Amino acid sequence: MSFLNRLIEVVVVSMATGTVVAGTILLGLGVGAADPTAPQAAVTRPLKSVAEFSSIAETGARSRALFTEAAKVITDPRCMNCHPANRTPTQGDDMHTHVPFIDAGASGIGERGVVCTSCHRSENTPLAGSRLRSIPGATPWLLAPASMSWQGLTLGGICRQLKDPARNGDRTMAEILQHLATDHLVGWAWHPGEGRRPAPGTQREFGALVAAWIDTGAECPE
Amino acid sequence: MSFTLNVNGTTHAVEVDGDTPLLWVLRDVIGLTGTKFGCGIAMCGACTVHLDGMAVRACVTPVETVGTAAVTTIEAIGATDEGARVQKAWLDEEVVQCGYCQSGQIMSAAALLAVNPSPSDADIDAVMAGNICRCGTYPRIPAAIKQAATELASGEGR
Repeated sequence: MSFLNRLIEVVVVSMATGTVVAGTILLGLGVGAADPTAPQAAVTRPLKSVAEFSSIAETGARSRALFTEAAKVITDPRCMNCHPANRTPTQGDDMHTHVPFIDAGASGIGERGVVCTSCHRSENTPLAGSRLRSIPGATPWLLAPASMSWQGLTLGGICRQLKDPARNGDRTMAEILQHLATDHLVGWAWHPGEGRRPAPGTQREFGALVAAWIDTGAECPE
Repeated sequence: MSFTLNVNGTTHAVEVDGDTPLLWVLRDVIGLTGTKFGCGIAMCGACTVHLDGMAVRACVTPVETVGTAAVTTIEAIGATDEGARVQKAWLDEEVVQCGYCQSGQIMSAAALLAVNPSPSDADIDAVMAGNICRCGTYPRIPAAIKQAATELASGEGR
């Protein structure tokens, strides 16, 4: 029996017998279950398929529409929270300032002395007895570079940044596609742990939209 | 499951579930109760310990992830230069009020000074923001860290 299960049993027995287990009922955790290769939970916010854009005859307009659809993922809090306007991550669907306050610094992994891995492990860490159902985790767990800030930008601004080697980590468009479609940390957005809403669709569908956007000229919305 | 932990330079064999938080192993199995339980969700910093010198929150660190890392707790941090000077500065500045959060505060401060011996006010704020104090000892904490940094630089204070 795991620590978490024992904890739950103690709480249940305590509730049944009226026993007070001060402190103990507040905490418990188990090993994270967020495996990017594991089946994803039911998709509650689907993405349109690439085929659904085939009726847009003009290539540029189709490209912009494809990016706009893909941007449902890019602008989702699961992604935007670690692409903040400054070096402080946000969290939650309301994208409030990270608690505790963190300055990720130029490294993106936190200031010397307290780093992301002080709390975030290589996988999600379930919690019991808290409204915070889990602490997110993946390897590596870090903030996007400052040049890749997204919060505060328009869709067009994000799009142009993605295409700009000076701001996208000197990536080619093929490398951008590879990153978005296959990167482990990007993939966390669809396996964000208990208590967090996954990004829309699936990473495979998202990758297909990005690929189609690039194939149609990688046009950007205004 | 059996785990062998290196805690404060001593080897401990413990028999616990792998997902048991390090905090509970330290407190309930090994008997080192200086590290405190605060929030249980890595938001208050009371449970801060060092793994190979890096500050981590023991309440969300499953024991099975510790491996061979050297665990240092408040009971042994005084054996390091940074820890000793932080503890002295804590006394000199009379930082503590109720004291519950202070082992975590000291562990974070020592981790900071180990990698940044001359922290600026901003450096201190950035690192110590993750350690919450209900008593509001916040003004005295950076003052003590500054004192410890000064004494580290001058070789005084031990």
